[in-house]
Amino acid sequence: MDLFANLAIGFSIALSPYTLMLAVFGCFIGTIIGALPGLGPSNGVAILIPLTFSMGLDATSALVLMTAVYYGAMYGGRISSILLNIPGDEPALMTTLDGYPMAKAGRAGDALVISGVASFTGAFLSTVGLMLLAPLLARIAFQFGPAEYFALYLLAFATLGGIASNNQAKAAIASCIGLGIAMIGVDNNSGMPRLTGGNLHLYDGIDFLVAIVGLFAIAEVFFFIESHGKNTSIGVKLEKVTVPWRDIWNTKWTQLRASLIGFVAGVLPGAGASLGSFLAYMGEKSIAGEEGKFGTGVAKGVAAPEAGNNAAAGGALVPMLTLGVPGSGTTAVLLALLMTLNITPGPTLFTDRPEVVWGLIASLLIANFVLLLMNVPMVKVFVKILSVPPWVLLPGVTMISFVGIYSLSGSYFDLLLMVAFGALGWVLRKLDVPTVPIILGILLGGHMEDSLRRAMVLSDGDVTYLFSSPIAIGLWIVAVAGFVAPMFLRNVLTKPQRVSD
Amino acid sequence: MVSDRIFGAVVTLVALAYVASATQIQTSFLADPVGPRTFPILVGSVAAFCGILVAFKPDPDPTWPVLRTMGALVLAVVVLVGYAYALKPLGFLIPTAITAAILSYQINPNPKRAVLAGVGLSVGLFFIFKFALGLGLVALPAALHG
Repeated sequence: MDLFANLAIGFSIALSPYTLMLAVFGCFIGTIIGALPGLGPSNGVAILIPLTFSMGLDATSALVLMTAVYYGAMYGGRISSILLNIPGDEPALMTTLDGYPMAKAGRAGDALVISGVASFTGAFLSTVGLMLLAPLLARIAFQFGPAEYFALYLLAFATLGGIASNNQAKAAIASCIGLGIAMIGVDNNSGMPRLTGGNLHLYDGIDFLVAIVGLFAIAEVFFFIESHGKNTSIGVKLEKVTVPWRDIWNTKWTQLRASLIGFVAGVLPGAGASLGSFLAYMGEKSIAGEEGKFGTGVAKGVAAPEAGNNAAAGGALVPMLTLGVPGSGTTAVLLALLMTLNITPGPTLFTDRPEVVWGLIASLLIANFVLLLMNVPMVKVFVKILSVPPWVLLPGVTMISFVGIYSLSGSYFDLLLMVAFGALGWVLRKLDVPTVPIILGILLGGHMEDSLRRAMVLSDGDVTYLFSSPIAIGLWIVAVAGFVAPMFLRNVLTKPQRVSD
Repeated sequence: MVSDRIFGAVVTLVALAYVASATQIQTSFLADPVGPRTFPILVGSVAAFCGILVAFKPDPDPTWPVLRTMGALVLAVVVLVGYAYALKPLGFLIPTAITAAILSYQINPNPKRAVLAGVGLSVGLFFIFKFALGLGLVALPAALHG
């Protein structure tokens, strides 16, 4: 079997002491990042990318470290959801619905263990799914020409705008902002500067890392200043942690179903972990019905969203690695990491650099076991970290962001841009304009334009070439449906509000 | 309502300006059928259209912070801009301590804690960056190094 041979390569890389150490370290940092309110997988990974880059790690090590952080953050998000009723990151929102009531009823330890095990199930199954599905998809992706890629990029923007936001027009604006920013700089084809306004600093274009850190990390600081850190409610105390075997056993089907839903949601470009946990929770809620008592602190209500969001985290890696199209905000950040490391994701990655892909998959499997150990017996260590007050944490995040971006280029101009993106991010989020499409636009804009132009070169300017293959037509149909359908489903799919005391 | 109308109008204007400047992009003799202008013009047009949509079909207003908080936010931006300019000539330690202290004070107005947070973060992060991660940071103003 190919699969086992590939896995053997992967494990031979992942089990080297150095890589293993990076994976463990990444899991630890990731769980902390996930647990801290105000730092989630996307901004946490974003501020770490410049640092990893300036540490001079090689591609595989950097990728292993950052995906371990990514998985860790997905695990850690549940801790503050359960104990503080504040989601540590967006996908963990659904965990507050049953996790916090459970903690208030004195079962905080149980909730943490059940959600930890559910996270493990979700992440493990989705990593297996990634292993099986990614090579298949990579083989299909070989048939993609520029026309198909153009349609695929459009699909990513359409589904991201359609599903993950409340207002299609605003999501489209956000995508356009990103794409518009991506155009700035010297044009690859003609070699002429575009839209730089004569500013020499802009000739290289705007670095996506600057935009990501600004929009995700600096904007968050502004939100904390606005609320004066008032959102830090007093948490529930964690007493003894025991393993509630019976609850875990009783939720086994919930965990499996939620993992499957989460994985599928993760694979869809643009949907991501938030949708995974949301669908998993709502699905289980309707299966359990009225007697299920969802929302009052039941084990299944904790297990479902956690399995769902961790499964989506693995699923989102599938389109990211095989097609170069991220499925969520955080995978967009991971894509930024790959691009920084000069790795081009896509089908050729699987044939040209198998050690990167399979090393990554093997480390994910290992990281998952490490995370289970860290998050069940050692969960008390991370609970302590929640007591870091925002008036130390947020200035710290700002300083790390500044140093990270400064270490990339050593230019004050990038720092100014970062602050500007931070302010922009604050205004846009106030206006309910999603910021993830902006990131996606900056990351994919260049590729999207390139594939359009290459398609037109191939067809000598014939626009119908864009719809000339069955794959392309299929992608266009899904793109339009993904953008339009949520307008009609909005009434059905309203997100439940957070539990308020 | 009002916020979205303004936002939509601003987006439309900026998008139109973007399209206008995209038409001025120089093409070279190596041009392909699409050329360097088409895609930016396309993007700008879509944005302008969506801006008009938002202006005519606005969402309910968000709750904007009161004037004092707005002032705090503007101050934060000013401080961060100053920090961006100061980092190179003044070294890491002093600007970081000042900026971190101001941000900390704005999140939780307690002067003593803010100063502690500023100094602690500045020194602590410097050691982590310099010695654990090996980044080439300059500690103090260049003048003091002689």
